Amino acid sequence: MSGSTNAPLIEVRDLGIRLNTSRGPAQAVRGVSFSLKRGETLGLVGESGCGKSVTAMALMGLLPESAVVSGSIRLDGSELVGLSDANYCKLRGNRISMIFQEPMTALNPMHTIGRQVAEPLRRHTNCSAAAARKEAIALLDRVGLPDAAKRVDAYPHQFSGGQRQRVTIAMALACQPDVLIADEPTTALDVTIQGQILDLIADLVAERGMSMILISHDLGVIAENVQRMMVMYGGTVVESGATNAVFTRMGHPYTQGLFRARPRLGARKGTRLKTIAGTVPELADLPAGCTFADRCTIVEDRCRAALPAVVDVSAGHGVRCVRTDVSMAEAVGAVGA
Amino acid sequence: MSVFIFRRFLTLIATLLGASLIIFLVLDALPGNAAQMLMGADASPDAVRALTIKLGLDQPLYYRYVHWVMGLLTGDLGNSYVYGTPVAGLIAERLTLTIPLAIMSMSMTVVLALSAGIYTAANHNKLGDVGVMSLTQFGIALPNFWFAILLILLFSVKLQWLSAGGFAGWDESILAGIKSLLLPAISLSVVQAAILARVTRSAVLEVLREDFVRTARAKGLSKRDVLWRHVLRNAMIPVMTIMGLQFANLLAGTIVIENVFYLPGLGRLIFQSIANRDLIVVRNCVMLLAGVVVIVNFVVDVLYAFIDPRIKVHNL
Repeated sequence: MSGSTNAPLIEVRDLGIRLNTSRGPAQAVRGVSFSLKRGETLGLVGESGCGKSVTAMALMGLLPESAVVSGSIRLDGSELVGLSDANYCKLRGNRISMIFQEPMTALNPMHTIGRQVAEPLRRHTNCSAAAARKEAIALLDRVGLPDAAKRVDAYPHQFSGGQRQRVTIAMALACQPDVLIADEPTTALDVTIQGQILDLIADLVAERGMSMILISHDLGVIAENVQRMMVMYGGTVVESGATNAVFTRMGHPYTQGLFRARPRLGARKGTRLKTIAGTVPELADLPAGCTFADRCTIVEDRCRAALPAVVDVSAGHGVRCVRTDVSMAEAVGAVGA
Repeated sequence: MSVFIFRRFLTLIATLLGASLIIFLVLDALPGNAAQMLMGADASPDAVRALTIKLGLDQPLYYRYVHWVMGLLTGDLGNSYVYGTPVAGLIAERLTLTIPLAIMSMSMTVVLALSAGIYTAANHNKLGDVGVMSLTQFGIALPNFWFAILLILLFSVKLQWLSAGGFAGWDESILAGIKSLLLPAISLSVVQAAILARVTRSAVLEVLREDFVRTARAKGLSKRDVLWRHVLRNAMIPVMTIMGLQFANLLAGTIVIENVFYLPGLGRLIFQSIANRDLIVVRNCVMLLAGVVVIVNFVVDVLYAFIDPRIKVHNL
């Protein structure tokens, strides 16, 4: 279980995912690489359809059977791409866990929450039903479900959205996983609850020394909750680096666009939100060059020629853009804005 | 929960009362006089009138209705116009054939349909799925009486494994009884199983697309475990609804199939009683069928509440 602290826990190299969509085969993810050490947190940010959830599902080994995965995903040095489902089942919920976006539908309406939280324990450890139940109550208590001991036999429909998300967090943490993937864990929740759930996840990640991959379309959520971040667009990582570094000096026109497009309190009345012109390209017919070319304000001919290489603008801060000289001259970022 | 059952129970009573009223009115409004029918076309009007009085057919409608309903509650259904014996005994005797037949064909339907439905859903869009689904398409298109005749041709005439008709009874041996009900049960269940298999498949596929299936997979459950532990119970609601409806269909089917196989069951009794204008038997048999259908659907409703914890709350 434990490697040296310097060896990456998760190492993804040149991950490519081809999906069969209703519009034909689509390269949903291209050339995604990252590594994550024990205890590190990584954020994936981008619009819907940019490939962030598909990447997460690839890590979980839960892509549709028709998906073609290339590249490599290593957990503690052992290869996960091509692993049989039976072997993957031993990892899921045990060493890699996931929290999903929709707490209202992520729980089975027919089973008590206690049974659902105890299920991974029963599956991965040898503990008895009684011990699993006891542990489930302790977990539910830890995630802040009021009256956990009394409500362990209640059904999901008897809980609010925030409470249900607490239940799915308890479920994901049951077997003390090494890696937690949180896919938009607060998107479906009331704003007042979002902060509580994110704080809870952050506490638990720190408390248990887990690595976390947090997926969000919300730059604010990413800024506050992860050490490093990757911005995805059209199935590729367009910018990656330490969260601070990226927010201080945004290098990719897309990251800058995302940042400008966030709604702000205190803006003068009548100020329109800045949007990124155009729409997200269909994965089934991505352009040959930079996937963002059609929406980019500083696009040149060479952008469309081939997928730009990653340029390191500072240590560990990479930008997949051939025009960083121009884009970064504007110095768009949390500091500059 | 108990409130839910109580409400459903009140609906059940109301439905039974309504059914009894409709059955009584429809059968009494039928042209044809039972007394005339029994005595033949040449009978003298005086004799027919005498018999009419003897059978109680001269009493006012409401009196006869109330009398009948009270009889239903006490088990006194009156005497058959044709046989002269108590209707209750006549029906009870026929039920010793029709109940086992219904149970056999319903069990066959359920076993065939659930295994085919689950298999095809688990192998969605693969060869097995396409093959089994084509078979069900075929099954739905088959008229059951025609399929019964094919079965007779194959198993009775050609292979001579089973008799072409008649009922061996339960006295000789239970096995002999089951053997004589085998072909009728198969012919009744094939069409039903085909329909139910398709319903099961689409219900399972629907549930497989649910988010909680992905959650269960993310916990480390294998596809098979997810199917058995998480999917099936959720898919059972639509499947059971159709099962309840099919039971009604099945009982109607026995009227045809019992005739094809010369089985002295309830279906054949109804058929013969209609031909003889033995209205008192027809009325009670139809009421029995209606009662069974209503009760089966009541049981299905109650089972919903046991399967789905949400129903208890929603209906309070």
